[in-house]
Amino acid sequence: MASTAQKVNGDSPLLADKCTIRFGGLVAVNELNMQVKRGEIYGLIGPNGAGKTTIFNLLTGVYEPTSGDIHFEGKRINGLRPYLISRLGVSRTFQNIRLFPGMSVLENVMTACHIHARQNLLDAVLRLPRFYQDERDHRDFALELLEIFDLVNVKGEAGTSLPYGRQRRLEIVRALATKPKLLLLDEPAAGLNPSEQEDLMNLIQQIRERFGLTILLVEHNMKVVMGVCDRIQVVDYGKSIALGLPHEIKNDPKVIEAYLGD
Amino acid sequence: MLSFIKRVLVTLAILAVLYALNLVMSKQGLFGFGVPLYQVDLWKMAGINIILAVSLNLINGFTGQFSIGHIGFMAIGAYSSTFATVYYTQGLERWLTGVVGADVAAAIVFTFVILVGALAAAIAGLVVGIPSLRLRGDYLAIATLGFAEIIRIIIVNTNRVGGATGFRGCVDSANGVTCIDESMGRLTIPAYTNFFWIGLFAVITIVVIYNIVNSDAGRALISIREDELAAQAMGVNTTRYKVTSFVISSAFAGVAGALYGHWRLPHPGDFTFGRSFEIIIMIVLGGMGSITGSVLGALVVTFLPELLRQLPGGVYNYRLVIYALLLIIIMITRPQGMLGGREFGLSWLKRSRRLPEGTAAVGASKGVPVAEATVRAEKDVEN
Repeated sequence: MASTAQKVNGDSPLLADKCTIRFGGLVAVNELNMQVKRGEIYGLIGPNGAGKTTIFNLLTGVYEPTSGDIHFEGKRINGLRPYLISRLGVSRTFQNIRLFPGMSVLENVMTACHIHARQNLLDAVLRLPRFYQDERDHRDFALELLEIFDLVNVKGEAGTSLPYGRQRRLEIVRALATKPKLLLLDEPAAGLNPSEQEDLMNLIQQIRERFGLTILLVEHNMKVVMGVCDRIQVVDYGKSIALGLPHEIKNDPKVIEAYLGD
Repeated sequence: MLSFIKRVLVTLAILAVLYALNLVMSKQGLFGFGVPLYQVDLWKMAGINIILAVSLNLINGFTGQFSIGHIGFMAIGAYSSTFATVYYTQGLERWLTGVVGADVAAAIVFTFVILVGALAAAIAGLVVGIPSLRLRGDYLAIATLGFAEIIRIIIVNTNRVGGATGFRGCVDSANGVTCIDESMGRLTIPAYTNFFWIGLFAVITIVVIYNIVNSDAGRALISIREDELAAQAMGVNTTRYKVTSFVISSAFAGVAGALYGHWRLPHPGDFTFGRSFEIIIMIVLGGMGSITGSVLGALVVTFLPELLRQLPGGVYNYRLVIYALLLIIIMITRPQGMLGGREFGLSWLKRSRRLPEGTAAVGASKGVPVAEATVRAEKDVEN
C-alpha cells in the first residue's frame, strides 16, 4: 500500500527526502520520506511522541534536519529561517493556539499581511501616500477574510477573548492572510467539542476549495483525520510505517499495532 | 493635497507655539510673562526626558525587548555632538555667520551636530544590538546595562573629552582646547540648546515613534512582543525588526544627549546607570507600550521630586522617601502603568458615544483610514 502511494507521480509542492533529525542520541525523525501532492489534504498521524510535531518544526524551519532534504516548490528549504519559509508560501498554525494577545482580531490578521507590505519605514514615518494605500489594502483584505470565516462581527475584540473554537478559526484565518500555497495545521481539532470538530472539517474542505491550497494536517483525532484527509501517513518512533488512503490506513495491521500495542 | 496643506499648517502652528513658549522661558520673557530660571530648567529637563522615555518605549514597550542601557546611547550622543562643537564646527559657524547671519548659522550648525550625535548613537545601537538582541529577557537587560557602563568608563578615561571632570572641566586657551590644565578658565561653547529646540525634537520624537508604531512595521514590532514564534511564522524577520527598533531608539537617545550636551556640558556623572533606571521608571509608570503614557511618566518623574521640595520643614527631609512611596502606591494601584497600554487622546472623551460592541472599526479612533466595507457595515447596523 505504502509503495503504491509513493509511486504516484505528479506535481508535489512539498517533498521530504530521507529527512532525519537527532537530538543527542535520540533519533526523533528517522529517514522520513514525504511527498505531498498539490491540492490534497495530507494527514500525518501517529501515537504520542511519534515525532509529528518535530516533523512540523522541520518543515517550518524551527529545526534543521541532521541529514536529508526538504524541498518546497522545487527549492531546498532545510536550514532556512522560519520567516523565510513562510515568505515562500508555507503558513502554519500552532498546537497550542498562538494568537497575539495584545491585538484585536483584525490586527491579528493585518499583522499577517506583513509579507505583502509595500510600505517601508520611511513611508510610515512620513505618512506618504503609499502608506495609506497599503494600509487600506491590508485592512480590506483582512476584513474580506474575516467576512468569509464569519469573524467580521468580532473584529474589534481581543483575539484571545474569543471562545476557543473561534480562536482556532482566527488562527487559521491569520495563517491564510499570508497568502500561502501550503497550509500546515498542527492538531487543529485539539480541545474542540464534537460540533466544533464538525465545523472544522467543513472549514478545512472549504479552505482547500476556495483558496486552492495544499493542506498538511497533523492530528490526533481519528474522526477528523479520516473524515477530511485524502491521504494519510502514519509515523511511529520517527519512522514512517504506513501511507495510503484513509480506509487503507484504518485496516493496516502495522498501524493498529502501533496504536494498540502488541 | 489637502492633507499636505493641513500638515504644513499644523507644523507651522507647533513651531509658533514652541517659539512663544521659548520666549516665555527666555530671560526677557513674552509680553512681560517670564518663568523663573529654575522652572525653565525643569521644563527643559522634562523635554529631554520625554525624548528619552518615548524612544525607550519603542524598544521596551512596543518591541518587548528589555533594554536598560538607554543612558549609554544618550552619553554617546552628548559626547560626540559636543566633541564636534568643541573641536570642529566653530570655525564653520564663523564662516557661515558671514554668509547667512548669526542666528541661521547657529541653527544650521546645531542641527548638524545633533545629527552627528544621533548618527553616532545609532551606529552604537547597531553595533550593540546585533549581538545582544539574540539574548532574551534578563540577559539582554544585563548586556545593555554592561554596555552603558563600558561607555561611561571609556569616557572617564578619555582626556580629549575631559575624563572624569567631563567637558565641564575643560578650558579654552589660546592654543585650542585643553582638558588638563584647569587654571586657564572654563571651556565655553555656544549654548545652542533652548526650549524651542528641545520642544521641537520632543515633538519630532513623538510623531516619528507614533507613526512607526501605527504602521505595518509597528504591527511587526508588537507581534514580536506578543509572540516571537508566531511572528516568525507570519513572515516577520524578527532579528531585523528588533535591531531596527533598537537603532531608532538609540538615535533618539543620541538626540536627547546632543540637546543636553549643548545645554550643560556633558559630565560622566550625568550618565550613570541610575539615570537609566529613571528612564525605565518613566515608561513603566506611564504604561509600557503607550506613547502618551511615556510623556506622562517623564513629566511625573521630572516634576514630582521637585514639587516635593515645597513641603514644609519637618516633612521636607523625608521628601525622597515620600517620592519612593508615591511611586510604590502608583504601581500597586495601577500595575500596568498610569495609562496601561492605551493612548490618551480625544477618543477618551468620545467614549460614551461608542458604537455597539463589535461594530466599531479598530484603529478608526487612531486616525487610521477605515475601509469602505466597514463603513458600509456600520451603516447597515444603524439601519
